[in-house]
Amino acid sequence: MWAILSVLVENKPGVLFKITNLFRSKNFNIDSISVGVTENPEFSKMTITTIGDEKRVAQIIKQLDKLIDTVEVKRLDEKMTVYRELVLMKIKASKPSEITEIMNLANAFECKIHDVRQSSIIVEITATPDKIDAFTDMVKNYKITDIARTGITALARGVNHES
Amino acid sequence: MSGSKALMDALEREDAKTVFGIPGGANLPMYDELFKSNIRHILVRHEQSAAHMADGFGRVSRRPGVCFATSGPGATNLITGIATAHADSSPMIAVTGQVPISMIGKDAFQESDIIGISNPVVKYAFQPKTPSEVPEVVKKAFYISSTGRPGPVLIDVPKDVQQNEEEMNFPDVVKIRGYHPWTDPDITQIQRAIEILLKAERPIILAGGGVIISGAFAELQTIAELLMIPVVTTFKGKGSFPENHILSLGPIGMHGHAEANKMMVEADCVLAIGTRFSDRSVGKFEDFEKNLSIIHMDVDPAEIGKNQTASVAVVGDVQASLRIMVKMMIQKAIKKTEKTKWMKRVEETKEYWQKNLKIHQGDLGAAKVLRKLREVLPHKAITTTEVGQHQMWTSLFYNVIQPGTFFSSTGLGTMGWGFPAAIGAKVAKPDVPVVDIAGEGSFNMTENSLAVSVLENIPVIVFVMNNQSLGMVAQWQRTFYDRRMIGIDLKGCPDYVKIAEAYGAQGIRAESLDEIGKAVKIALKSDVATVIDIPIDPEEDVLPFVAPGTALKDMVLPS
Repeated sequence: MWAILSVLVENKPGVLFKITNLFRSKNFNIDSISVGVTENPEFSKMTITTIGDEKRVAQIIKQLDKLIDTVEVKRLDEKMTVYRELVLMKIKASKPSEITEIMNLANAFECKIHDVRQSSIIVEITATPDKIDAFTDMVKNYKITDIARTGITALARGVNHES
Repeated sequence: MSGSKALMDALEREDAKTVFGIPGGANLPMYDELFKSNIRHILVRHEQSAAHMADGFGRVSRRPGVCFATSGPGATNLITGIATAHADSSPMIAVTGQVPISMIGKDAFQESDIIGISNPVVKYAFQPKTPSEVPEVVKKAFYISSTGRPGPVLIDVPKDVQQNEEEMNFPDVVKIRGYHPWTDPDITQIQRAIEILLKAERPIILAGGGVIISGAFAELQTIAELLMIPVVTTFKGKGSFPENHILSLGPIGMHGHAEANKMMVEADCVLAIGTRFSDRSVGKFEDFEKNLSIIHMDVDPAEIGKNQTASVAVVGDVQASLRIMVKMMIQKAIKKTEKTKWMKRVEETKEYWQKNLKIHQGDLGAAKVLRKLREVLPHKAITTTEVGQHQMWTSLFYNVIQPGTFFSSTGLGTMGWGFPAAIGAKVAKPDVPVVDIAGEGSFNMTENSLAVSVLENIPVIVFVMNNQSLGMVAQWQRTFYDRRMIGIDLKGCPDYVKIAEAYGAQGIRAESLDEIGKAVKIALKSDVATVIDIPIDPEEDVLPFVAPGTALKDMVLPS
């Protein structure tokens, strides 16, 4: 199963290494990871998605919690979470009319359009992974020449119930 | 004050009295301050042994042992010792020199990324970037290393941080946001545990290394006696419960006692205390937990549910948890006096196997040799072991009577650990005899610590069960590889009596049980280290044996 983990860590050098090394050493897999500083510059928040059965996910949460540089580890409930990924996609068009077709598709998916050229276009889509997959499926008849994904970032819905 | 001076002052504030180590280019400023301090330095001959000595010291004193090494190869040589301490949750502070900050990342001479290299085998690693960070770093290092589930902490100090001067502030307490070493045991869980234990038809206690680390010997014994249920241990938990006690069945596992493995398999409920259910102890994971209700007590929440699924989990220091349990049982006036059907079965099984387990009949069979050693050693003597057949024979045939007097590299299984660890143990408890039960293959790996033992006046006994081969590997080649023997023959080289003498130690060859007894008695009175070399049969196997990947019920018995 797919799990979204929100990991609050000390914002200092080497912490990302410790987290990724933990996944490697315990033979867990990181599906995606995104990292950024929080409103308090002493902390960074990592959003990690991983795949594994219930027991494995529970174990990786405990192992993450055990790391001294992690301050809080939460598993986010998909239904109670706003989660998004940003993808930049460069698509090649063999004729100008294809550019229009791609732009129409992009609009239907509420994408942003960048760098429109005669034979290529960059599309920015910010969405949930399944919506991104759907869009990718729609444009697969064109040639995607380059793709960059940020990995998922997420926040729990509603007020923080922190003590 | 310089970073180096601050380091020594901070170590003294933590009551560190001894440092095991070797100086080199990048830690000379520390050594210059060590020279001026009141801390004793013990010069070793290889950094790995410095770490093992600190480890042995830490396990016995239950305070972090301290080792020093220089940058580059000095630091990397520590790694096996650090990893050994990590695998066995032993408190240790390893302090390494590092090239100056401006040179880090330039592939400087004797530069190694020890922070990166050590990451998977330390509890935490620090690299102070300014001298004024040093006092807090040392305080935090001792705090992290010795609390919760203990472990090694590395402090990597760049040379300029050692040399430069800054205003220092020595904190009395430190707080680390992401570190919560202790949880208060959950009372309701303990209550449930008692109920389950009382309801169980065939309950058993499995005591692990955590009992020794937290010193919960009296609590464990009280609970076993109140409930009148048998106690098995893991190998690391060997000696957490007196092995001559009527309720003791000894260690379970790959080379566990026959009666311990048999009763473990028959039990319907286990109170598992301070154990991580290693594969060597429980065999095949799925088989162990089948039809078994598990009550799991451990200080490390990540161990709950890692290898075995617990019906009840009590997270917290096991001594604290057991104390609450004892109190509750006394309040409820729980004291079994009548022997259950199960207890009768346990006693019969124990008696049967103690009488009928087939042992090697030669004059110097392993069982006879180790029982002789037990006979002549006082109960308070501390024993360590190396890794291999002798270690597993010790598990089977050497009874630990006084709790907390037995230590071994059980997790990582590091050959060469026992001798330097024995030296560290002797530094922690100079008045107690310390014996390393060794095989010659392991002893050969760190035998140069004889120089340390002799020159630093730390007399320990090395009891070498010499089968002139890497015996455990030989056993596996005999068992699983149709006797295709390769890479195991040590051909009696070197002569360990002469080796001992070359270092100024005492070497005795003992070729009969009588001679063994005499040699140990001489060694106990000796002012220098004694190596007792005992020629044993290279063909003797360690049995019983639970083959890797199989279940305890599939135990192979000697025929």
